[in-house]
Amino acid sequence: MPTSTSGYTATHLTNAHFLAFFDPRAVVVVGASSHPGKFGFVALHNILAGGFSGRVYATNLERETVLNIETVVSVDELPNGEIDLAIICTPASTNSSILKSCAAKGIKAVFITSAGYGEAGESGLKAQQELMLLAESLGLLIAGPNGQGVVSTPSKLCAQIVAPYPPPGSIGIASQSGNFVSSFQNWAVGSGVGISRAVSAGNAAMVTVADYLSFYADDPATTVGLAYVEGIADGRAFAERARIVAAKMPLVLVKGGATEGGQAAAQSHTGALASNDKVFDGMCRQVGVNRAATVEEAFEAAATFATQPLLKGPNVVVLTTAGGWGVVTADAITNDRHLQLMALPDDLLKLIDTKLPPRWSRSNPVDLAGAETRETIPEVMEILAAHPDVHAIVYLGLGIQSNQAKFERNGGFFPNNGLERIVDFHERQDARYARAAHDLSVNYSKPILTATELGVCDPSNPGPAMVRETGRLCYPSANRAVTSLAHLYRRQRYLDRRADGNN
Amino acid sequence: MPTLSESASKALLRGYSVPLAEERNVATVEAAIGAAHELDPNAQGVVIKLCGDRIAHKTERGLVKLNLRGASAVRSAATELLAAATTDDGPVTLLVAPMLKGTREFIAGVADDAQFGKVLMLGVGGVLAEVIADVVFRLIPISPVDAYEMIDDLEMQGLLRAFRGEPAVNRHALATVLLGLSEAVEAHPEIRSIDVNPLIVVNGEPIAVDALVEVA
Repeated sequence: MPTSTSGYTATHLTNAHFLAFFDPRAVVVVGASSHPGKFGFVALHNILAGGFSGRVYATNLERETVLNIETVVSVDELPNGEIDLAIICTPASTNSSILKSCAAKGIKAVFITSAGYGEAGESGLKAQQELMLLAESLGLLIAGPNGQGVVSTPSKLCAQIVAPYPPPGSIGIASQSGNFVSSFQNWAVGSGVGISRAVSAGNAAMVTVADYLSFYADDPATTVGLAYVEGIADGRAFAERARIVAAKMPLVLVKGGATEGGQAAAQSHTGALASNDKVFDGMCRQVGVNRAATVEEAFEAAATFATQPLLKGPNVVVLTTAGGWGVVTADAITNDRHLQLMALPDDLLKLIDTKLPPRWSRSNPVDLAGAETRETIPEVMEILAAHPDVHAIVYLGLGIQSNQAKFERNGGFFPNNGLERIVDFHERQDARYARAAHDLSVNYSKPILTATELGVCDPSNPGPAMVRETGRLCYPSANRAVTSLAHLYRRQRYLDRRADGNN
Repeated sequence: MPTLSESASKALLRGYSVPLAEERNVATVEAAIGAAHELDPNAQGVVIKLCGDRIAHKTERGLVKLNLRGASAVRSAATELLAAATTDDGPVTLLVAPMLKGTREFIAGVADDAQFGKVLMLGVGGVLAEVIADVVFRLIPISPVDAYEMIDDLEMQGLLRAFRGEPAVNRHALATVLLGLSEAVEAHPEIRSIDVNPLIVVNGEPIAVDALVEVA
């Protein structure tokens, strides 16, 4: 599929091109189809279904009405100077003349979904290079070809040939594989932590993943970059671009082809070069890129950067309502090379003693041991968050009472047997705890990560549901929360070590 | 690709703060005996290698003699080495150095990566190095912070701490080696690869015992 070894480098692109691409005033789908199985149908459908804020045009050789849009036969029939972005879903052979028509109408950016270019052998590569030279002479930005499209939530733009349309947020995605754009967006839908921009670079004949990331770095809508790459033709150039991006915002990256088996797959997939993975890894460490091992780790790290305060030091405290979870979390923190399972100082112990009966753990993890009353969890959480030595909290046990409440609601004895009050109480309390985790984190400017599998297993549980409502990620396990914390701290250390200027 | 001789490689790297074991480059058996006595007065042991511009794989050809204690051992080894030289080897000398002993070894080097160009490598050395595969890379040039982070990124941090009665590895000295290699490549773009192997840790201090520089 996509290849970044196009043999062409653009020199004419400006920020205005990228603004036209991500925030177009109006869009045209070239090659709209009435057949729901065609890209030209799906692209138009998704733009309309996403609720794009500008006007939508479409071309169709038969002048069919598609999804209530009255099409025109050619771009030549469209108004002048009104449309910024064209999504091209036509066969490769027709695209040169379409580009000329687009430029004549004042269109500045074009996404080409068509295949048959750099990924399709020597003749395809030649056609791709010729098309790029033509586009440059016309002053056009070309995304793709052979990509799945672009999403931009500030403009409610869902110009892609796949679902889903993600919730709005501040994560900017750029990927060499269109399917990973979908994967990340599925995680965004599932978690509620949203996306600003997302683009599938396709063959990246003119605009590369590094170019999109560079735009995101200065984009007010984007606070975190999230990238998937396989092969990089010019590693040095990529490293220098990534360094500049990562100096401005966190940049999380997953690389496919990390193993010999993966590299063989990537060769056939991208035609791009694969390098020693340890060299790539070292490059990431050197330029401040947060490399993630898996797609879910990458999304969760990006979501953490997007929604949690900075982690200013290594000291983590675990707050748990049950022992086993705390033990496993303590292991995860201890196994990390840089995070610390903080030993609780005396003043902190004494403060917690005022809120709990003597049977509490009196160590980290802070195990409430079932001793909590109505106010205990928010109060102890605040004592921890307020302590100057504590840098982050992992909170475990959210939603268990609501889980029981749900069973009681559905167990055939409700609403009687005195269940209503207790069910209501538990559901209200879990929502309160989740709200407290958010509010205290904001007030004290410290990460507080809530982890429970209920976030995945029963997202309707009032605990995880409130985590989502506060805009944050409910981590599916404590281990994954700790991995995300490690990403926050890795970046903080990178920045701190270079803050004195001797980088 | 031409390889600098061991002594030329070492001379180049000495100019970039790479700590190399003290050694003497001599032409005759008698001079070798004198050098051995000077470097190793208590006859703890010396190593003698046959050295020349065209000799690269010394170990494979048996051109390295280890653990030589006393004048007679030095004499027979030096005689044997000079006799092993072939006309293809060109002019040769004898490199005499004290045997360095340390439980911990590292490797440092420079390679030319297809995608990233000149890269710097630090790894755990010794006979198990390839299996352990604890290596880290950075793109050249590196900063001082990069050098310390390379050391921190090794998996086997236990090898860097105090170990079996030996003090912790001097991280500053190790970082100096890495920075020196980076500077050498910057100053000499014709360098294609460098292999500093092994870097033996003696009393916590890394000392390079062998080094090879390849130039374009």
